[in-house]
Amino acid sequence: MIHAGMIHTEQLTRHFVSKKETVEAVKGVDIDVRAGELVAFLGPNGAGKSSTLRMLTTLLPPTSGKALVAGASIITEPAVVRSRIGYIGQGDGAGHSFRVMDELVAQGKFYGMNSSDSLARAKELAKTLDLSSLEKRKVSTLSGGQRRRLDIALGLMHSPRLLFLDEPSTGMDPHNRANLWDHISGLRERQETTIVLTTHYLEEADSYAERVLVIDHGEIIANDTADNLKATLAGDRIMITVDGSSASAASALVAERGRELITTNGSREVTIAGRFDQGTRTLPWLLRELDHAGVNVRAANLQVPTLDDVFLSLTGRSLREEEVAA
Amino acid sequence: MSTLVADTRNVFQREMSLVLRDPFSIIFSLVQPLVFLGLFGPLLAGSVDPAAINGESPLQWFLPGVIVMICLFGTSTTGANLLFEITMGSYERVLATPLHRSSILIGKALKELAPLVVQAALVVLVSIPFGFKLYPVHVLVGLLLLGVFGVGMGAFSNALAIAARKREWMFWAVQQSLLFPLLILSGMMLPLEAGPQWIQVLGRFNPLTYIVDAERALFSGTFNDPAIGWAVLAAVLTCAAGLWVGVKQVARSTT
Repeated sequence: MIHAGMIHTEQLTRHFVSKKETVEAVKGVDIDVRAGELVAFLGPNGAGKSSTLRMLTTLLPPTSGKALVAGASIITEPAVVRSRIGYIGQGDGAGHSFRVMDELVAQGKFYGMNSSDSLARAKELAKTLDLSSLEKRKVSTLSGGQRRRLDIALGLMHSPRLLFLDEPSTGMDPHNRANLWDHISGLRERQETTIVLTTHYLEEADSYAERVLVIDHGEIIANDTADNLKATLAGDRIMITVDGSSASAASALVAERGRELITTNGSREVTIAGRFDQGTRTLPWLLRELDHAGVNVRAANLQVPTLDDVFLSLTGRSLREEEVAA
Repeated sequence: MSTLVADTRNVFQREMSLVLRDPFSIIFSLVQPLVFLGLFGPLLAGSVDPAAINGESPLQWFLPGVIVMICLFGTSTTGANLLFEITMGSYERVLATPLHRSSILIGKALKELAPLVVQAALVVLVSIPFGFKLYPVHVLVGLLLLGVFGVGMGAFSNALAIAARKREWMFWAVQQSLLFPLLILSGMMLPLEAGPQWIQVLGRFNPLTYIVDAERALFSGTFNDPAIGWAVLAAVLTCAAGLWVGVKQVARSTT
């Protein structure tokens, strides 16, 4: 099968057998990623994100289905796939007993670079990723943020056109996370690298990914830009508070364009909430109409949805709750 | 094939950086064989009937055993390093590179074998003033034989590490319970000939026995001993079986 994209899978499936019970970790997913895209797999822990990523990077053989990654089959040409992609896993990529520069140079050689090219590239990346002063340090003495930068440098040694990152910012503080994303964004601008990553951080998928694949129970349940997902699956939420006496008039107006109405009765006032398409344009219209109808609006509030609202509307569960539970 | 060699060299170089960056580890590794030779050797000389060791000088008989022992200790524990790398995550990074799977195993085993050459040279040099007769060509052949055997042992050790990756204590439990019977039943430290018949029979089923016998023949300066042929066979079989099992385990190691 010939395909122009960076990734093309057909019914990619992975089962695990645990205590004689078969767990369907990934249930026949079809994924397409074009060159230059930045795609995020979003889902709770155990949803099958990492298993999918590990199949695409040849680390995990699929139970069935097929996949072309960077132009080669993960099943019949795993070594070719490996030579063309970069992979940054969840653990520390650099061996703890090794020195920073030694690990970078060894990594380049593992991808077939000669010593001098590998050294030059390692120096260059160390500079870009603020590791130059740490070249002779043992990996075990580095801080968490420094190790993560080293992981990224390791993944980029052979300048792959396709880079996979598995939960790249888990356990990082907000400062380091922002720093990491600066590097990833810079990488895309300079080299047009295709990037596929998994995350369970909603904000991360929301602000950085061009396309989000929502994965739950081993299936892709949504696949679009974050903006489209929010507009089609969640919608903006408008909440108005009016005098108790004009509640029915207000409800009728809100119901004209809104859905999923929720009415909360206070002692002298009533709060009506609903979901709307294009909330920012609807709110001025609604206030004008309420005024015409003689309704006294005491408060108005517009909430732009998050990907959590998307996940909630798709599954009936909140990703944030699962995050806390995990 | 050429990439297998290049891959193995690259894995070996990475592993060796650990040794070269920390010269203290080399110095420390030299102490162990000297302790055995210096403390166990005289005990052996005092307690074993010279007939059981073919009337040889105890040093000439015991020194090859010490060298086989260093080789066995080093290569059979190499899996512990791999286990550490699996736990921390760097093993997965290495697996995601296009390296040949067997080069990962061979490169790691060779790192355990490289110091063996230095260790062997030292114990031999120290022993010469005490009456050890050196046959350099024979000793080199002996080390080569150990190298082939050691790559197999290292691969078995790494395969064990992968099998035990979810229960780390298992690695040491299995390694220790196999290491000592293998070691004792090879006649490495005490001659099997001095023991009862059943011990000698068990020893015949131990591949290591043939290696030890051959090393003794080689260190006494002869190529003309049937044990050497058997030892070559035992070493090649251990190496092939170790790599076969090892590569199978590597393929399963990320599931």
